[in-house]
Amino acid sequence: MNASNIITEVPNKPSASTPTRPLYWSVRRELWENKSIYIGPLIAAAVIVFGFLVSIGHFPQRRRAALLLDESVRHAAIQLPYSIAAMVILMTGIIVGIFYCLDALYGERRDRSILFWKSLPVSDLTSVLAKASVALIVLPLVSFFIIVATQLFMLIAGSIVLSMNGLSASMTWQHFPMLRQSVFLLYGLVVLALWHAPTYGWCLLVSSWARRATFLWAILPFAVISIFEWVTFNTSHFYSFVKNRLFSFGAEAFDFSAASVQIQHGQHIPTLDSFSQLTPGRYLTSPGLWLGLIFAATCVAVAVRFRRSQGPI
Amino acid sequence: MACIEANGLRKTFGTTIALEGINLRVEEGRILGLIGPNGAGKTTALNAILGLTDYEGELTVLGRDPWSARDQLMRDVCFIADVAVLPRWIRVTQLLDYVGGVHSRFDRAKAEGLLAQTTIKRSSKVRELSKGMVAQLHLALIMAIDAKLLVLDEPTLGLDILYRKQFYDSLLNDYFDGTRTIIVTTHQVEEIQDVLTDLMFINHGRIVLECSMEEFDSRYLEVMVNPEQLAAAHALKPMHERPVFGRSVLLFDSADRNQLAALGEVRRPSIADLFVAVMGSKASERQGEVK
Repeated sequence: MNASNIITEVPNKPSASTPTRPLYWSVRRELWENKSIYIGPLIAAAVIVFGFLVSIGHFPQRRRAALLLDESVRHAAIQLPYSIAAMVILMTGIIVGIFYCLDALYGERRDRSILFWKSLPVSDLTSVLAKASVALIVLPLVSFFIIVATQLFMLIAGSIVLSMNGLSASMTWQHFPMLRQSVFLLYGLVVLALWHAPTYGWCLLVSSWARRATFLWAILPFAVISIFEWVTFNTSHFYSFVKNRLFSFGAEAFDFSAASVQIQHGQHIPTLDSFSQLTPGRYLTSPGLWLGLIFAATCVAVAVRFRRSQGPI
Repeated sequence: MACIEANGLRKTFGTTIALEGINLRVEEGRILGLIGPNGAGKTTALNAILGLTDYEGELTVLGRDPWSARDQLMRDVCFIADVAVLPRWIRVTQLLDYVGGVHSRFDRAKAEGLLAQTTIKRSSKVRELSKGMVAQLHLALIMAIDAKLLVLDEPTLGLDILYRKQFYDSLLNDYFDGTRTIIVTTHQVEEIQDVLTDLMFINHGRIVLECSMEEFDSRYLEVMVNPEQLAAAHALKPMHERPVFGRSVLLFDSADRNQLAALGEVRRPSIADLFVAVMGSKASERQGEVK
């Protein structure tokens, strides 16, 4: 990139121009500014690793207990810690993403640096897309690598402890095949990013417009409509809809019908063991996904308009 | 070719009129001082020129419509909108990387050279620098960009006199080459008097005076009139009168120099004196701000 970063003095031609990559550098500058993008998931991973190491003494005991269980329940029991680790890091990534989006277009107006960013030949569209892609692409990727590293560490540390106690470590690897699980994880992260795109888009929109209290503005309309519906019709369809958008994830993308394990009475744990359980076709043809993506695109387009006209606050 | 051309440039915020249909033409290679009291419309005019705000009327900057093509325009235009708009979290090296990455006309070696003349460390974050150093850093970035138009809106506000002097010196000696156009607004008018080639006063959203500095020097004369000749001086219709140490200083527009010399000591007025005279009695109450 830095073609001008040369040792020998070259006479400067006025028309000389070096190629530029505004989107690439805009994303990089987001990562410089927002270290929470990787520090957040890293802290979650550190907590998990710490908890795992503290309880590692009981690991052989638990494995012995697991060996007494039914084949399918044992399978779920062995997978569970790895799934929990993935979930915790993933949720942290989503929370980081939401707060990142809420600040992305608000912070630069508050600290007046928007006047500097706008003095450079980077369009508002590029800037907003860079911020959206941090939430939709960079954060899931960061989460992916941190989750895989955490799970790998747990697998290796667990295997060492098991073999030291005369237990077979291969069972863990058999029940939690790292490579296949990583593919599932990556698929899940893509599904989730698309599912949450409207949430991130909405947060970007609020952050491009609000003059203060972005978080309150982001939740206020939804709270008002939910309460209104509840008071007027005594129903909570809107609330369920919002909850579904925030906390569930593209149910159409997976097929758990054939593979859930009953642990106790009525308690099921869905397990993901075969590629046939992934249903991208069904997910990509579900109207909920596309309505969400249209909403997200609209939010981003409006945020671009706002960034163009808004100055420092 | 005109660098900036505006016809009926108008901007309102609700019921407040910020720009009342101004006509403007700035040729290439000029250094224009845009002077006006607070709230006169200077910043609004500059924001329109820089594509930061929408407007009514016609406006072309370097052949482009700033509002619809800000990002393209910024390849040829640089601006310092205010002191301390550099993001506080960024490191100096990151700033150089970023500007180099997005700006095709940025000469990193030149920026590094300019920074080497300062005490700014490459590894520092902007928040660790003093206000003066931030201004130096921003100027180094701007000066390493080969732009056609540079807009400076209060670039030295809050800086001490050494930094201010240095700022304008490097701007003139290292940056201005006679083909570039510079527009500057400042309240420290006297510091840029010898820098400018053109002068524009703006008040209540209107241009109230527009002249080149040659015109300024030939047209406006100030005389410290001896008390006994005051009546004769008044007969020549001065545009403004102010008392200095018990004597009267009268400002004349297009008066005969020889005729004035008979009345007392003739000298070149400062921009600030002319500003006060043009803005009238209402503005003279605000003289403190202008100075």
